[in-house]
Amino acid sequence: MERKEHIISLLVKNAPDVLARIAGALGGKGYNIESLCVNATADYNVSKIVLTTRGNLATLNRIEKLLNKLIDVIQVDVVNPDRFVEKELTLAKIKIAEEFRSKIAVDIDSYKWKVVWLNGDYLILEVTADKDEMDQILQHLSELGMVEYTRTGTIVIER
Amino acid sequence: MKLKGTQILFKVLEQEKVDTIFGYPGGAVLDIYDELYKTRLRHILVRHEQGAVHAADGYARASGQVGVCLVTSGPGATNTVTGIATANMDSIPMVVFTGQVSTALIGNDAFQECDITGITRPCTKHNFLVRNIEDLTETIRKAFWIARSGRPGPVLVDLPKNVMAAETEFNPEPPKRRKMDVAYEPVPETYEEILRMIQEAERPVLMIGGGIILGGASSELTAFARKLRLPVTGTLMGLGAFPGTDPLWLGMVGMHGTYYANMAVCNTDLLIIIGARCDDRVTSKIDCFASGAKIIHVDVDESSIEKNVAVDLALVSDAKRALGHMNRMIEDRHFEINTRKREDWLNRITDWKHQEPLMYEQDDRIIKPQYVIEKLYELTKGEAIITTEVGQNQMWAAQFYHFDRPHTFISSGGLGTMGYGLPAAIGAQCALPDKLVVDIAGDGSIQMNIQEMATAVQYNLPVKVVLLNNGFLGMVRQWQELFYEKRYSQTDMTYQPDFVKLAEAYGWVGLRTDSPAEVADMLKQGMNTPRPVLMDFRVDREEGVYPMVRPGAGISEMTLFPRKKCV
Repeated sequence: MERKEHIISLLVKNAPDVLARIAGALGGKGYNIESLCVNATADYNVSKIVLTTRGNLATLNRIEKLLNKLIDVIQVDVVNPDRFVEKELTLAKIKIAEEFRSKIAVDIDSYKWKVVWLNGDYLILEVTADKDEMDQILQHLSELGMVEYTRTGTIVIER
Repeated sequence: MKLKGTQILFKVLEQEKVDTIFGYPGGAVLDIYDELYKTRLRHILVRHEQGAVHAADGYARASGQVGVCLVTSGPGATNTVTGIATANMDSIPMVVFTGQVSTALIGNDAFQECDITGITRPCTKHNFLVRNIEDLTETIRKAFWIARSGRPGPVLVDLPKNVMAAETEFNPEPPKRRKMDVAYEPVPETYEEILRMIQEAERPVLMIGGGIILGGASSELTAFARKLRLPVTGTLMGLGAFPGTDPLWLGMVGMHGTYYANMAVCNTDLLIIIGARCDDRVTSKIDCFASGAKIIHVDVDESSIEKNVAVDLALVSDAKRALGHMNRMIEDRHFEINTRKREDWLNRITDWKHQEPLMYEQDDRIIKPQYVIEKLYELTKGEAIITTEVGQNQMWAAQFYHFDRPHTFISSGGLGTMGYGLPAAIGAQCALPDKLVVDIAGDGSIQMNIQEMATAVQYNLPVKVVLLNNGFLGMVRQWQELFYEKRYSQTDMTYQPDFVKLAEAYGWVGLRTDSPAEVADMLKQGMNTPRPVLMDFRVDREEGVYPMVRPGAGISEMTLFPRKKCV
């Protein structure tokens, strides 16, 4: 059975237990949240949640209906990737090894990565990319001495 | 007008037309109970909080109104969980108020503190913790609105002690709210399509569930089925939604459904499901459920559609509106069905009915539980409000008592909660003081909330318990007999109280018989006694419920009643 990744964008009430309700509604039925991003919108009473999950179309349908049933969920959009811009953000910490120093410098320049912190031994990069691209970049950075990274969930906005 | 939280609670209850609440006091709700003391609201003091929730549930099912409970924090609140989950599975409108420690103490593991909103999140339709007195009025109103709207369900409101003691301006004007399901206005083409599919079908079957009763759509359904000559089967929750004595009624579908209902569902070419969620006890093996048929599913809850059964046409609507609309369409135009084909189909179903009716073998030495229910049906002319416990008693009640009207069969369907029947009967009797309310019980289940016998006496609620006493956890025993080679692991309950003496100790009338010849007279005596009565029928210990669809089998593969000789 096809287990594609799906992105779901939600507008919800900005209240203490809303995330727990969403996580509970999905977790209780055995659906996993693979990535998650939450923050308030311009209206502080409303938060936007973007989450990704995996499953076939029937699963996606069920998840959409389950979320729609929650009282504190205002709107549910299943994201059609063709109509949305999708990005993730990663902060990557790299130990600067002598043999990679020049390679890292070239990559930073050509990929337009941002160096957000730096000392003699380490540097921290800020990288934005879509999910597939990010997988490749992180693979690449791990070969250049990346020691740790923090990766956000997917965020999306309609074109 | 400035009011305290406790005063606001009762003001809003009055506005919501609540006349009875079921509850149990405690430390965190002392202020609320003190305010209650000054009102005229009827409060039924139960003997265990689980009893309060089931009683409110029975009240809601019998009356169609929202059931209301009030309990204290901590253990008071956790004791409500089974009752809330019961109501949630069966979509029963209910508001449960729980006390909570003061907001400053929440999270400190204070005495009798528990995170009841956290605990009940998965088993309520919604719940609230009221942190500010300013939110109280609106939250209570919203709780009632949520409990009633769309697919109904239980809502819990957690009330911290300091919030209830605080004062705020009370706005007596409730805000206008739209109905929750207005967003789903079906397009007329969907109705056209449904009617066209019915017209084209050769062997249609209507399968109805609790949604018909909850949506108040029984008369629309009955008119619809009769006009279109549709045979009707129902889930356990749908019993009473369509007259059980109508020739079009096939009885219950599913694991313990009738042979003819299950055969009809297996051989139909169009199954119209209304207000049912198609759980595993109904469908059994999903690939064999109406496998050759087109399926139409009408439900107010979108998430019930295509959850278990793939459908050809879905309509998200409450049953009353959908059926009412289609009835008008049928009346407005010359709507014809193929009468000859339809009568052929109905005749085929009748043949199945004659071939394998619901049956049992009468015995003149030992009481058959089915016989007790048959006699009860005759004696009450089908007009009693029946509650049940869970297990064999529940299935025999569903099979052998015939329900002609909605709100007359009150049973824990989805969760299957043992101990439901007695408190539910108490709640139903509170809602309908002039009706005969009978709990059809088993000796296992009745002991799970037997403490509520005191409640019935305290409030002069003349409920009747028809105890089918086989000294076993009968349904589990039946499974052990059929699937575990009669290894009766922990299901023998021969050690039990003397139920007659127990009844008398509580102030009930207790009656007992083990003779088939005495069944009718004892029932008559019990029903005619204007007090609570427990009737202990010592029945055949190893009687089984049939037909039965074995777990994992398709619903046409039934184990039928093991006939020795026919009645």
